[in-house]
Amino acid sequence: MDFDLPLIWAAIIAFAVLAYVVLDGFDLGVGILFPFFPEKHDRDVMMNSVAPVWDGNETWLVLGGGGLLAVFPLAYATVLPALYAPIIAMLIGLIFRGVAFEYRWRTQRGEFLWNWAFAGGSMLAAFAQGLALGALVQGIPVENRAYAGGWWDWLTPFSIVTGLAIMVGYSLLGATWLVMKTRGELAERARGVALRSALATIAAMGIVSLWTPFLEPVYLQRWFGWPTAIFSIVVPLLVLGCLYLLLKGIRDRHDVQPFIAALGLFVLGYIGIGISFYPYMVPPSLTIWDAAAPDESLAFLLVGALVLIPMILAYTAYAYWVFRGKVDPEEGYH
Amino acid sequence: MFESFDATVLARIQFAFTVSFHIIFPAFSIGLASYLAVLEALWLWKKDEVYLELFNFWKTIFAVAFGMGVVSGIVMSYQFGTNWSVFSDKAGPVIGPLMGYEVLTAFFLEAGFLGVMLFGLNRVGPKLHFFATAMVALGTLISATWILAVNSWMQTPAGFSVNEAGQFIPDDWWAVIFNPSFPYRLVHMVLAAYLTTAFVVGACGAWHLLRKTAPRRARTMFSMAMWMAAIVAPIQIFAGDQHGLNTLEHQPAKVMAMEGHYQSHPDGAPLILFGIPNSAEKRIDYALEIPKLSSLILKHSLDAPLAGLDTIPEERHPPVAIVFWSFRVMVAIGFAMLGLGLWSLWCRVRGTLDSNAALHRTAALMGPAGFVAVLAGWITTEVGRQPYTIYGHLLTADSISPIEAPAVAASLVAFIIVYFLVFGAGTFYILRLMARLPRDTMPELDEGPLRTAGVTPGPASPKAPGGQHGL
Ligand code: HDD
Ligand code: HEM
Ligand code: HEM
Repeated sequence: MDFDLPLIWAAIIAFAVLAYVVLDGFDLGVGILFPFFPEKHDRDVMMNSVAPVWDGNETWLVLGGGGLLAVFPLAYATVLPALYAPIIAMLIGLIFRGVAFEYRWRTQRGEFLWNWAFAGGSMLAAFAQGLALGALVQGIPVENRAYAGGWWDWLTPFSIVTGLAIMVGYSLLGATWLVMKTRGELAERARGVALRSALATIAAMGIVSLWTPFLEPVYLQRWFGWPTAIFSIVVPLLVLGCLYLLLKGIRDRHDVQPFIAALGLFVLGYIGIGISFYPYMVPPSLTIWDAAAPDESLAFLLVGALVLIPMILAYTAYAYWVFRGKVDPEEGYH
Repeated sequence: MFESFDATVLARIQFAFTVSFHIIFPAFSIGLASYLAVLEALWLWKKDEVYLELFNFWKTIFAVAFGMGVVSGIVMSYQFGTNWSVFSDKAGPVIGPLMGYEVLTAFFLEAGFLGVMLFGLNRVGPKLHFFATAMVALGTLISATWILAVNSWMQTPAGFSVNEAGQFIPDDWWAVIFNPSFPYRLVHMVLAAYLTTAFVVGACGAWHLLRKTAPRRARTMFSMAMWMAAIVAPIQIFAGDQHGLNTLEHQPAKVMAMEGHYQSHPDGAPLILFGIPNSAEKRIDYALEIPKLSSLILKHSLDAPLAGLDTIPEERHPPVAIVFWSFRVMVAIGFAMLGLGLWSLWCRVRGTLDSNAALHRTAALMGPAGFVAVLAGWITTEVGRQPYTIYGHLLTADSISPIEAPAVAASLVAFIIVYFLVFGAGTFYILRLMARLPRDTMPELDEGPLRTAGVTPGPASPKAPGGQHGL
């Protein structure tokens, strides 16, 4: 039997990016929400709620990027130069919020600096990721195996909207995470923030989804042509379902349900983008097969990925399990 | 200020800058992770609290260093695409899967168990906690293995062919990974990480011995570090020598630059100890040399002929002066480390290891020596490979992304500012943590030995000796 290795790898990379978006999404979200929680004690708890897991969450980004170099080198070599400025901005944002996890506990006088680094770095990283997403959806021109556009092409009204959309989406994940992991007044406040960011997220998703089909004829065709138009009906319905569960969960003071429903929203949005993209890796220039590395490379890494990814998921789940339940304010750094 | 540079030069400066910062943290965290595993094992085995106290002390420092390593590493993994896209497109099929394995086998392992190691002792108990520590240490070593396979393949490429699109295609993965310079580089680098850490730990112990804050813990770590120095430094010198012989075989131009041999020596080449490379005149000015010694070291015969850079077309010469000097810095530090190791052995035999203030002062001064040697070593390796990125096959000038100089200049300036700010602060915090070794007499673990936050971190003990100055 012959396997379509590029397609399998496209699915694995898509999975890695999705894992990144939902996992780092909630811890970046916690950072984005720092300004809404001015109390030092609240901030301590918020940071400790993600401190044991953020590094593992961010590793999915390394797999998404590093994996792209391995299996779709041409996509890696054209997308990154095209998105030069947003990528550098994202990296710098990630530096600030990453070191803040440790530095914030190492100084009293400088604490406010690292609060800023944590919040600002998270916002910058999220916004830059949204910009990058928007620019990718708009399309990246490629000629002779190289990026063929200008270095401001990524900056458009659409990409700014996607940048903001990702920021509010991450705040939703962060707020529902806090609802799940904290108690008392902090959780109460988080519930309020979750409600507001839920409404903002759904508005942002609406705008982006209505805008996308008109960017590229291919997308229009995909969403309104037969048989894929089925998705145009099913996906929005599921989105409404998630929204209902989310709002109801917040109102009924569920701990876990809002977070799960918010994850559901993200997964659906992601599937929507996937439907628009397929079969392109870099729309509208490179398909999955254009961008793929030779089969020798794909097969070599696939063997490892099939064995290792389940192991990674298992011990990652274990790490989450160790730190399950509400955060104990007496634990972790303080 | 960058008008006179083209995008290639700027991208090279940016890469060298970011990777040089990055390598500082792994060099420390590879060694420190293993040291932590050893400390915890000793605690579990001997049940002596001093090991747990030391473990908690170094764990906090490790967390800061590791955090800096992670964020600077993520920059590296994206920079191949932003700045070296042609290189990425061409070499991706070969080096990409190796880095993919690095992520899958090493980065996830480290990250997955790091949280448990830092915060989980009283949640999982000592045995599982030790397992987590061991996994973090193993992860750092696996990571070094893969990334050095990548780097070594770029130095001594093997096991590939080139397709119509100009991409490097793997033919034989075994040959790609176990390329000719890989075993040497791996051994040399891992030993370098251990030595670097030993000198930092030793300096910290020596400093506290001098200040008499916590004699028992200071003595324990100083003694452990000095054993490492005495044992590993000679092995490192031997490994470096073997590495050089291997380089002579596969990258002769690099060795010519290291040795400063502009001219061929048909009957016995001298070892140039010092001098000033003069590339315009093709000679070493003010050379201080020992006749025939270079032939003896490299060819094991006094009169063996040794080719010089005159046998290689000029546009294929690496920059001689940089390589010549960085190599000497590394070797000098290697011998200085050996010297300290031997001295400590001598003091140990005479029973003055804990009391010899001159030894302690020297050890404290040599704390940063490992970092300097590591950087010097990498500069020798990387600059000596020029003008190629993939030695003999792909020129650096042909590896660059189609980006314009102002974009690279702007990101370079941003990185320089951010790195000095962020990593400067981190280094300051690490030094302050090292200065705050709680006194032996102080009952520091108020809630029993399983308190995870460990040795009271910064904010809780602002009165500790050494650093009252917050940021
Ligand atoms: C995976 C590959 C890889 C690895 C592990 C390293 N390098 Fe490298 N290095 C490159 C891949 C590379 C490169 C992409 O091939 C560069 C970029 C431009 C060039 O000439 O080669 C390079 C250039 C380069 C230069 C500039 C040389 C010049 O332009 O003259 C320096 C100083 C270093 N590196 C230093 C380091 C250090 C300190 C490393 C330790 C971590 C290191 N490199 C690891
Ligand atoms: C230029 C090539 C390099 C790239 C692209 C690179 C990439 C990375 C990345 C992405 C991380 C973060 C992983 C995480 O999320 O945990 C990282 C950390 C790390 N890297 Fe590198 N790296 C390079 C060079 C090296 C070298 C030469 C070594 C060692 C010999 C090394 C050893 C490590 C280790 C041990 C870590 C774990 C974090 C730490 O120790 O601070 N890397 N690297
Ligand atoms: C006298 C002793 C030493 C000798 C003869 C020696 C020799 C060498 C040589 C020949 C290279 C270049 C290899 C190449 O690229 O082809 C090298 C690289 C390097 N050296 Fe050393 N070395 C010595 C001591 C040290 C010490 C003490 C350290 C650090 C603590 C160190 C760290 C490194 C590093 C990090 C590299 C770059 C990575 C590599 O190529 O392995 N070396 N060394």
